[in-house]
Amino acid sequence: MCRVVDLQQAVLAKNDACAHTLREDLAARGTALVNLLSSPGSGKTALLERELTLARERGIPVAALTADLATENDAVRLARSDVPVKQILTDGLCHLEAEMLGGHLKDWLPADTRLLFIENVGNLVCPASYDLGETLRVVLASVTEGEDKPLKYPTAFGLAHLVVVTKTDIAEAVSFDGEEFRANVERVNPGVEVHLTSVRQGVGEGVLLDRALAARDGAPVHIPVMTRTSHHVHDDGEPQPCDEHSADLGTVASSRS
Amino acid sequence: MHEMSIALAVVDQVDGAARPAGATAVRSVRLQVGELAGVVPDALTFSFQLACAGTALEGADLDIEPVPARARCGACARIWPPGMPPRLTCPGCDGTDTELLSGRELQIVRVCWHDTAPHPPISQER
Repeated sequence: MCRVVDLQQAVLAKNDACAHTLREDLAARGTALVNLLSSPGSGKTALLERELTLARERGIPVAALTADLATENDAVRLARSDVPVKQILTDGLCHLEAEMLGGHLKDWLPADTRLLFIENVGNLVCPASYDLGETLRVVLASVTEGEDKPLKYPTAFGLAHLVVVTKTDIAEAVSFDGEEFRANVERVNPGVEVHLTSVRQGVGEGVLLDRALAARDGAPVHIPVMTRTSHHVHDDGEPQPCDEHSADLGTVASSRS
Repeated sequence: MHEMSIALAVVDQVDGAARPAGATAVRSVRLQVGELAGVVPDALTFSFQLACAGTALEGADLDIEPVPARARCGACARIWPPGMPPRLTCPGCDGTDTELLSGRELQIVRVCWHDTAPHPPISQER
């Protein structure tokens, strides 16, 4: 006998449920999560080290997790800011998932943390699909990557709450056209803010920190068109439990095959 | 390539639904994959076969239903296909108050499985 079951479940329902739980747990303790996405080498670590240092100087409790396939190099660099830092080694996995992140935060995240920065695995494809429970998703691109990066990776840029351009000190040398880049961002994510930064020249210092703090304190965050869907494809039906596998599936409907 | 993680999530959810229902083998899984879901159907099909190994889904077919993207302008009500790369500003009035009507789906729609236990007549195929 063959049964046809209309399951109607979002494929990433489990991750989304974990992300939802994480966001609520963090909010309850006054922490907002900032998810940083970019391709490898675009300057996530350098920018983050600067912003973490600034936060410490201003007396704002922040912490950072950095994810890579291998090496603890980025954690060593970020730790120079003198704030709590932890390395996540993904053993080859190309992205972070919410449940994995939750496991790393357990018994580590200092209680008074206001902002938790996550430096995702350097990759503009896979991490875009996974909500980590962030309040702010920031996508970075360096001037060396070309103005058409937002068009080549529309999901990543299309889901960003904030876009940051890095290494503007060498923009002229690589003929980076900032207006064209902005137009391309606007095409896939109308209305999202784009900020220019250069760690070397101090351009845009504090922008990431200020935007993250504002979001944490309840300032409205940009809503990307890609999330303005007429039906919430990832949030259909009852939320699945985070820790168990599909414990609540009592509502599946049967039909004749 | 995150299609393997996606495939594992599909297998996990289908297995979680099928086992408690007394399924012995899953024959097919139908998925909706939106044009803007960020998932490559061919890579997902390949990963799905690997992810099914040793589970109740072993040998199951993955039936992918592509969902084209459609957007609607809040200002002038125009509806258009955003294309790839997507244009999410209105091609008519340049408005930015866009709503995505479809294209982000990543949804398990339907599963067909074999079971041994007798079930009410509506659920049986002869």
